[in-house]
Amino acid sequence: MTRLILQMMIAAALLAPASAAPATVQPMDAAGIVSKMQQAFFYPGESFRARIKMTLKDVSGGERFRELTMLRVNMPGGDQKYFMYFHAPGDVRRMAFLIYKYAAKESDRWLFIPALSLVQRIAAKDSQSSFVGSDFSYEDVSGRNIEADTHKLLREEELGGRPCYVVESMPKAAAAYKRKVSWIDKTTFLPLREEYYDVQNQLFREFSAEEIKEIDGVPTALKRSMKNVKSGHQTVVEFSDTKYRLGLKPEDFSERALRNPPGSWIK
Amino acid sequence: MRRAWLLAVLFLFQCRPAGAADSAAGSTLDWHGSVLANYASRLGTTRHNKPPSGDFLLGEERLQLQLSGTAPGGGAGYFTKTDFLRDETTAASAVDVREAYLTYAKGSLDFRIGRQIHTWGVGDLLFINDLFPKNYAALFSGRPMEYLKTGAGSLKASVYSDKTSLDIIAIPVFEPDQFPTSQSFFLFDPFSQVTNRVEARPRHDLGNAELAARLYRPIMGFDAALYAYHGFFRTPSMEPDSITAPSKLTIVYPRLAVYGASLQGNAAGGVVSFEAGYYDSRQDRGGTDPLIPNSQTRFLAGYQRSPWTDFTAGLQYYGEYMQNYNRYAASFPAGLPKQDRLRQLLTLRLTQFLKYQTWKLSLFSFWSPTDKDFYLIPEAACHVTDELTATVGANVFGGASNNTFMGQLDKNDNLYLSMRYEF
Repeated sequence: MTRLILQMMIAAALLAPASAAPATVQPMDAAGIVSKMQQAFFYPGESFRARIKMTLKDVSGGERFRELTMLRVNMPGGDQKYFMYFHAPGDVRRMAFLIYKYAAKESDRWLFIPALSLVQRIAAKDSQSSFVGSDFSYEDVSGRNIEADTHKLLREEELGGRPCYVVESMPKAAAAYKRKVSWIDKTTFLPLREEYYDVQNQLFREFSAEEIKEIDGVPTALKRSMKNVKSGHQTVVEFSDTKYRLGLKPEDFSERALRNPPGSWIK
Repeated sequence: MRRAWLLAVLFLFQCRPAGAADSAAGSTLDWHGSVLANYASRLGTTRHNKPPSGDFLLGEERLQLQLSGTAPGGGAGYFTKTDFLRDETTAASAVDVREAYLTYAKGSLDFRIGRQIHTWGVGDLLFINDLFPKNYAALFSGRPMEYLKTGAGSLKASVYSDKTSLDIIAIPVFEPDQFPTSQSFFLFDPFSQVTNRVEARPRHDLGNAELAARLYRPIMGFDAALYAYHGFFRTPSMEPDSITAPSKLTIVYPRLAVYGASLQGNAAGGVVSFEAGYYDSRQDRGGTDPLIPNSQTRFLAGYQRSPWTDFTAGLQYYGEYMQNYNRYAASFPAGLPKQDRLRQLLTLRLTQFLKYQTWKLSLFSFWSPTDKDFYLIPEAACHVTDELTATVGANVFGGASNNTFMGQLDKNDNLYLSMRYEF
């Protein structure tokens, strides 16, 4: 019996090699670290919901706000479905986004515009389109294809008292950045800091995870920010009402949800 | 009118505490709205014989109130959106109930009853299978885009399944599209000398209720849909009592049925769209009545992509092919402008966001190689704050002839301004 359980555990571990279990046993290759980071940052739980407040700060101190509810459900093969419903400001209130994210191709995206009762497909590349006017791109929100970059483990060092892998990622094709350096927490595999460098090898964008808490047993970055170093513009994202494993059904991420979202989704 | 305003204020006054109490009990009451100031003037018209209203196409202030709520246990809800407006050009005030509906959802069924806006199809400002009421006068005079669509008192039932879903809409009372009138626009009128005009809308009979349906599902990553509509042309036809010496015109809306399909999905680095519909002119299937539109096949193909950050370009090709063209041509009265067998249209939309999407610059252009006319809408919008948006834009029309759809509007080029505060 014990042996059977052990076999099942091994089988489970093989089936889910990138689960969020802390791995400290053997040295990891850079792609493996990035893969674990993606699992910990973009995929934890089979589904997820959070109320998100975005604060867009310009260099002169002006602030703008976005408030939305985000839901996610994981699909087999690394695909995901996202649903976002906007609460504020007024010009986007009741608007909703539906995104089918694919591991290996460009996402499908739909936008619902309530004033026109219109569902329309959006053409835009994840890597380069700004997420609702913030410093985050769609890719920053939902993840980048791991195969699109080559990854190198630069060193291991502490950041804010946490042991981290420092990984450099370089896009194989033209991308929004030339080089990215990530500090990935060795225990949680969350990215604590990311630096984006442009073609002149100058730092232009900085990500940092500022508040990490365990929610439903999942370490979660509840506060994170992205700063454009060159313009001084910054976006701070705060999660609240965060919940994992809600038992969401992938087929509910549909046009019906855009036009008539269930009340329990958009709290 | 003053009373309506007063009622609104009193209602809201009561709303706040009521809303708070409601949410404590588990149900919700949300109220929002906006204040809009919207002005438009024709430019460069020094001619005589101006339309009676003068140069100003639009001069109005609107207070829009949105009230919505859901039942504590979910499933049921309501939504209302009402505009209280003052039109400075006519010195009149009005209340415009844009939407007011109730919703009920149970399992795989959704019901929505009341005044509501319906939109489907994949065209951008080109509508083939979307035969729901529209207000083109609003578009041509620089109102915000949401005013292009008007609500229809209707019942909508939706049935969902994991793959295929169905919408059925019944509209008991016919409402025509709104077009610019000669009260404020320079327009081509083949019967301009006939002042005795009566409008004959379909009577409010059960048999005249409009029905529309859409069956849709994903197919290989594309959104596929089939459509059907049974009702009336929303564009009026003019019936003179005599072709040679008319003394009276009757504005009619002939019977129509439309059957169509659309397909849209990611391809070629962007989004591609196809839509087609067969317009069955039920009162003139033979195509011999010159006063009733002939049956047509309408189709469009579109491609949209985003070559760089915050910039999107969309191109569409649209055609209207007239069935029974020979009979149309043979029966059409001499001296009146004839349509082509195939009317074609190209549209281009360019949109660029700037400064963290606080600025939006856009250009929409229609150009018809067969009608030889065009329509351009350049616009700049600035989100001054999260609440306040300022917009300036223009409607520019032109054409080789003054009797084509856009060419007749040639003298109505206008500049519009709007400011909107949303709360």
